[in-house]
Amino acid sequence: MKTMNYNVNAKGFYGDFGGAFIPEMLKPNVDELRENYLKITAQKDFQKDFDDLLKDYVGRPTPLYFSKRLSEKYQTQIYLKREDLCHTGAHKINNTIGQILLAQRLGKKRIIAETGAGQHGVATATVCALMGMPCVIYMGAIDIKRQAPNVARMKMLGAKVVPAESGSKTLKDATNEAIRDWINHPEDTHYIIGSVVGPHPFPDMVARFQSVISQEVKTQVKAQSRKEKPDYIMACVGGGSNAAGIYYDFLNDKDVKIIAVEAAGKGVSTGESAATSQLGKQGIIHGSKTLLMQSDDGQITEPYSISAGLDYPGIGPMHAHLYASKRSEFISITDDEAMQAGWQLSQLEGIIPAIETAHAFAVFEHRQFQPDDVVVVNLSGRGDKDLQTYMDYFKL
Amino acid sequence: MNRITSKLKESKKLLSIYFTAGFPKLEDTVEIIKRLQDAGVDMVEIGLPYSDPLADGPTIQQSSTKALKNGMSTRKLFEQIKDIRDHIDIPLIIMGYFNPMLQYGVRQFCHDVSEIGIDGLIMPDLPYDYWLEYHKKDYDDFNLKHIQLITPQTSEERIKNIDQQSKDAFIYMVSSSSTTGSQSGFAEEQLNYFDKIASYNLDSPQIVGFGIKDNITFHQATKHAKGAIIGSAFIKALENKGVNGIEDFVKSIRA
Repeated sequence: MKTMNYNVNAKGFYGDFGGAFIPEMLKPNVDELRENYLKITAQKDFQKDFDDLLKDYVGRPTPLYFSKRLSEKYQTQIYLKREDLCHTGAHKINNTIGQILLAQRLGKKRIIAETGAGQHGVATATVCALMGMPCVIYMGAIDIKRQAPNVARMKMLGAKVVPAESGSKTLKDATNEAIRDWINHPEDTHYIIGSVVGPHPFPDMVARFQSVISQEVKTQVKAQSRKEKPDYIMACVGGGSNAAGIYYDFLNDKDVKIIAVEAAGKGVSTGESAATSQLGKQGIIHGSKTLLMQSDDGQITEPYSISAGLDYPGIGPMHAHLYASKRSEFISITDDEAMQAGWQLSQLEGIIPAIETAHAFAVFEHRQFQPDDVVVVNLSGRGDKDLQTYMDYFKL
Repeated sequence: MNRITSKLKESKKLLSIYFTAGFPKLEDTVEIIKRLQDAGVDMVEIGLPYSDPLADGPTIQQSSTKALKNGMSTRKLFEQIKDIRDHIDIPLIIMGYFNPMLQYGVRQFCHDVSEIGIDGLIMPDLPYDYWLEYHKKDYDDFNLKHIQLITPQTSEERIKNIDQQSKDAFIYMVSSSSTTGSQSGFAEEQLNYFDKIASYNLDSPQIVGFGIKDNITFHQATKHAKGAIIGSAFIKALENKGVNGIEDFVKSIRA
């Protein structure tokens, strides 16, 4: 039997997915990155800077917390990987730290990024402030209105927030604008992409920077549980960076089962959903061949989820491959189920999760685990940014 | 012989015009092509609108969004232009993005446009090396030319490689590192770039695109190159004056 490899191959593909479907104008930037990212990130001084900042600035390692009350309720062993305790409130900063260190070593003088809900924008603005680099964040004009506190945070951190007025004026259009900016600045600018999406080498590079999550989980499960390794790893997937990070070191270990949780929005078949694995077809988005939501004519469609971090019309090519090869089990969770799960985690464990993250917790209502199964859930972000949505939903 | 190949053998400098199919109005497509030919344009690029046109600036983006709202699609365009060769002799090229072509089926797409009488395709996000490996045969089987872009950052080695594949078509020379429609006239840097490419003595003719908007920039761009392509400036004129303004626009460039 052929052994399946879940990592990227030399041409930038995960099975049928990935690659770099980019206009010629973008080629110099992408080539430069591809030729250098492995070399630079393998250097001792890079690794030292990365590790030191993750430890002293981000607050790593993040705890693995045994969730006693949830475990009792669902009759299994539930552990929470506390990425919500990272500086800026989510896992996003692991990647922005890595990329800004890389950008410095490439001699770049200016940073750009896209953001949807604003978490990646804040994480990018944060590292730019830290390193004293000018920062431009592209954000959909509609998202700017929806996410005012994060816009204010980015401005306070010194970033310039540019509204994306094209197309549907949300995350996918912000990403288009960031890519166009990069085309217009082929020499001095680095684009810090926020998820495991985009042309190769971005999906692999971002997954590597986020893989610190799975490295820690590996050691922590061994030390804290009765098992050598987890039985299940579970994470929400929008583009899929927190999921890629917590899967990474377990990808080629079949004893560890993987669950990806997508946003069903108002229901997979309602026309208002972001469940890409269920609704998407193979195609090209932001330079990558993957599963994406699109019309029969090949026009990219706008997804919907109550969580601004999950309404991306594609998924990272690694996840498309994990889906197609059945390595990963995909489950879709509706807005209502996610909101209830977020409420329950707050009440049972005193942790208010990001609504993205809450989707992963709703899986326990759908799926039975064995009493001795060790199930690790990536608690990818805290819920402060979603307070307004929680307030409106629960009439608080 | 492919119409692009024969057109390139003419001695004059070529003017090529890009427009977005379905803009300003859904049914304008055939009328625009006829008027362009009547006005003496040498080649037309029919833009197949896409929801996420990465290589395009605001003018073409907005025209694409509008065209899609008007109801333009791959099938709609093919239906509109199915009899185009009854009236039109100049080379016709479809410019679009790879995803709609992929959804249609690459080989089927090549077959259908070839039946219509299209001569070549420009797909900016279909990378050259990927095209060579997977789709060159589809193009060749239907006598379609793949038009490849080069930019000021493209290496000499790569340009010479592309040159070998483009001999009986042309190389689309992007005037600067930018999206479409983003400049105001050519600076010294671009003029030097034009000189540098001319010094390579390539076998394939070059046609310059991005940043050509009037008589002056047309002449600058075609000092060495075989021709130039105008897109955003034409779409703006179309938006302001409609199809009746086409003849004057073309005259103003050729003046």
